[in-house]
Amino acid sequence: MPSESAPAIVARGLSRRFGAVRAVDSVDLTVARAQVYGFLGPNGSGKSTTIRMLCGLLLPSGGAIEVLGYKIPQQAEPLKRRIGYMTQKFSLYDDLSVRENLEFVAAVHELPPAHARRRVEALLARHRLAELHAQLAGTLSGGEKQRLALAAAVLHEPELLLLDEPTSAVDPQSRREFWDALFALVDAGTTILVSTHYMDEAERCHRLAILDHGRLVADGAPRELAEALPGVVLLIDCDNPRRAQETLANERGVEATAQIGASLRVLAAADAATRARIDAALQRAGIAARIAPTRPNLEDVFVAATRRRPRAEAPPP
Amino acid sequence: MNLRRLWSIVVKELRQLRRDRLTFAMIVGIPTMQLLLFGYAINLDVRHLDAAVLDQARTAQSRELVVTVAQSGVLDFRHAPRTPQELAALLRAGAISAALVIPPDFERRLAEGDRPPLQLVVDGSDQVVQQAARQLAALPLAALRYPAQPAPAGNVEIVNFYNPERRAPVNTVPGLIGVILTMTMVLFTAMAIVRERERGNLEFLIATPVSPAELTLGKVLPFVGIGLIQVSVVLLLGVAIFRVPIRGSLLDVYLASLVFIVASLALGVFLSTLARTQFQAMQMAFFTFLPQILLSGFMFPYAGMPRPAQWLAEIFPMTHFVRLIRGILLRAATLAELWPELAALGAFGAVLLGVSILRTRKRLD
Repeated sequence: MPSESAPAIVARGLSRRFGAVRAVDSVDLTVARAQVYGFLGPNGSGKSTTIRMLCGLLLPSGGAIEVLGYKIPQQAEPLKRRIGYMTQKFSLYDDLSVRENLEFVAAVHELPPAHARRRVEALLARHRLAELHAQLAGTLSGGEKQRLALAAAVLHEPELLLLDEPTSAVDPQSRREFWDALFALVDAGTTILVSTHYMDEAERCHRLAILDHGRLVADGAPRELAEALPGVVLLIDCDNPRRAQETLANERGVEATAQIGASLRVLAAADAATRARIDAALQRAGIAARIAPTRPNLEDVFVAATRRRPRAEAPPP
Repeated sequence: MNLRRLWSIVVKELRQLRRDRLTFAMIVGIPTMQLLLFGYAINLDVRHLDAAVLDQARTAQSRELVVTVAQSGVLDFRHAPRTPQELAALLRAGAISAALVIPPDFERRLAEGDRPPLQLVVDGSDQVVQQAARQLAALPLAALRYPAQPAPAGNVEIVNFYNPERRAPVNTVPGLIGVILTMTMVLFTAMAIVRERERGNLEFLIATPVSPAELTLGKVLPFVGIGLIQVSVVLLLGVAIFRVPIRGSLLDVYLASLVFIVASLALGVFLSTLARTQFQAMQMAFFTFLPQILLSGFMFPYAGMPRPAQWLAEIFPMTHFVRLIRGILLRAATLAELWPELAALGAFGAVLLGVSILRTRKRLD
């Protein structure tokens, strides 16, 4: 058994092909213990496939995985006693009540009956499910289902929790509560790997990996990533941000543009030439604009990271 | 194998089953409905066929013959065509399925006995009608001769041992237990396991320490109980309504049923490892269901089948069960006498269950 300070997850060169599609392509990961590690990426970027390989549900096509000191997929069975996995789609039984679902999960994890009873009661109370205990899971709202799924995933007090887009079907208030619950678990020493496509959730993670087309395109603390952003973010205030956007769309050095209310947010190369080209293009188009650099945020990091690949595939002539 | 985990899966299944009203209704509904349908509708003792009589002789003796035949109850003479052409038209239109033709020289043929004095025209497009005609061919025409002669004794006397009254339900009901169990057991398990996969429950389950054997057995065990309930329903109704005898030991009946239920469940579990969706599982279940019914000897005699069909039939659990249950219920045979059939069923169940457990991987790919 490795020491407690060893990383919870180490993966090297992790790959998975489905036919000709490379769903996950040589991903290197290191997840330290007792923190929230986020997977940020658009749909189809390989987040679910990676999580499934980490808990031994899918065989990797290549690479090496070690989770909590177990070699995966060879030692997946002993690992399953020590991890909790929350699937993207609600996967408890719709036709069992909240309590019956939890009792079933407790028995599957071989919790001794007395301990199981205490644990189920405690979780019903902590996740505000006590009043819903007799309700069939299929009739719960999105937020309630998510609370039940989290309670089921942590019932056997796993060291590592893998959550696959846990908040995709949930309102903002429930999402806040959910994250509070996650941080309480981290305080108690649990390591959490969570995938998301929400920027605000990604921002809350201790560390973040951005996945795009199966490749790991950025890895670091959210603030580090923003500070290390190659390029600058310009905020362009003008009367007609839409026209400004059209004008700048094909300008060399402009990575991405997005309208934010009455202004245009531009991600551009940091060199002076690009800045001059932007000024000139706006002037040519007759747009009077105030241009000011601003602090990059995580969305800029995400856009910059996921933009890199298509450019690499089709280099400019 | 952890017994507590196995038990928790059984409890979970039973709880889900209790809430699935349709399946719950099918447990008792299917056996009852099928028993009544088969018991009343399947009757190979054909009676009251629509028939015509073409009497070209028109003598006292010919009229007497028509009355005698009518009294047998097999034919109802509803038409009296005047020409053979009219008769053929009736037959073609389906208005009648048999016709008695009495030739003009009926009395001479009867007296001389060199040519058949009568013709029974039957609709050969219906197999059952042909059988009925064979019954009529045995009619003792000699009694009509003058002076009356004693009816000649048949060459072989048939002694019907286990069903002297030749009541059809006595033959159909025991086999029906097999039909009902095959239908429900295979279908229920095949669908129950695929449903778990389709609804996504399996992805959660395989990320827990549950083992494939626990998962498979936990799914199968509740249905064993349900199967035994169905056996009881069919037996009760069969005895109460159709006076089907239970001549052998009741324990043997249940033991044979138990092994057959396990074999059928194993088939269902096996199908579920092949099917991707519940619909596919259902199609596969029906695909195995039809040949079992047709070749098991329940509907058509095993002895009359071509060799390859017999080999195929030997594989099917229902073939062995039909032999077992008819033997025990009707002939008072014991399991000790019928052990090869029981062994075949047991082997079928063990092999398929083993293969299914091996095929159940705790992975998504």
